[in-house]
Amino acid sequence: MHIQLNGNPLSIDNILTIQDLLDDLNLSGRLAVEVNHQIVPRSLFQSHILNSGDIIEIVHAIGGG
Amino acid sequence: MSELTNSMAEKLLIGGKAYSSRLLVGTGKYKDLEETGKAIEASGAEIVTVAIRRTNIGQNKDEPSLLDVISPDKYTILPNTAGCYDVNSAIRTCQLARELLDGHTLVKLEVLGDQKTLYPDITATLKAAEILIADGFEVMVYTTDDPVMAKRFEEMGCIAVMPLAAPIGSGLGIRNPYNIRTIVENAKVPILVDAGVGTASDATIAMELGCDGVLMNTAIAEAKNPALMASAMKKAIEAGREAYLAGRMPRRAYASATSPIDGQFF
Repeated sequence: MHIQLNGNPLSIDNILTIQDLLDDLNLSGRLAVEVNHQIVPRSLFQSHILNSGDIIEIVHAIGGG
Repeated sequence: MSELTNSMAEKLLIGGKAYSSRLLVGTGKYKDLEETGKAIEASGAEIVTVAIRRTNIGQNKDEPSLLDVISPDKYTILPNTAGCYDVNSAIRTCQLARELLDGHTLVKLEVLGDQKTLYPDITATLKAAEILIADGFEVMVYTTDDPVMAKRFEEMGCIAVMPLAAPIGSGLGIRNPYNIRTIVENAKVPILVDAGVGTASDATIAMELGCDGVLMNTAIAEAKNPALMASAMKKAIEAGREAYLAGRMPRRAYASATSPIDGQFF
């Protein structure tokens, strides 16, 4: 299935939920996730099913003033 | 802070929390996280700003992240909306920050209007502030040094108003001290100078004008020795605050002899 991740197209296989995607990308720690401009709370990462065409943003805190 | 001043009255109150330090610092433009950590430590700051950005896909899982160095357990994290040029992106950024920081509602709102000067877009900032406050955020707002706008942000419910001293990253110092003073005199919420400070004396001037604090980033991060400049800023803020509380002598056009005239033998 094809998704848009952080502005880039990505083809993913065997990934059902947001948590699967984070595991596949080796991402952990303090993150926030938006799917189609809607924030998905961390408590729903395991249960939120991704669909083809989803636009996903994964953000974190970095240095800024 | 000196024991000569009442220490409780001397706390900076932001969002119902009392802070000993009146210096707020950013975490941008540092060489690496180690340098960031050392400078923040030396500054004595308790409120630290961060930006919210896309994660690097494919990064090393063990790579330390900013919030490992600047722990939310130790510091009050102040997420900013830097780089947002419209209401919607500023709102989204704050909502993502709240999720990222487990429901934390304190944010620094800036909606920019011009890439060259990074001046705030005031109409967009007003709109964004209104939406964020209605959504339960505690908004510290970055604005121009316009006393009327500063008052409006206060009246609409911003918990702190942060006028610029000079453009972001310019290091030009307090360009309009009379406006900053007017804003301070009119205010019932904390007024913090945000942006434009270049060196320690600039921070002292802001505090002598009666500001409740100063938020800075570039002045420390772009110093040759950031940790040393952070230490200088800490002292500058304290010196300016104490001078403000002490109350300066009046300015006179001519001299006023320091040693007594009486008892001269010559």
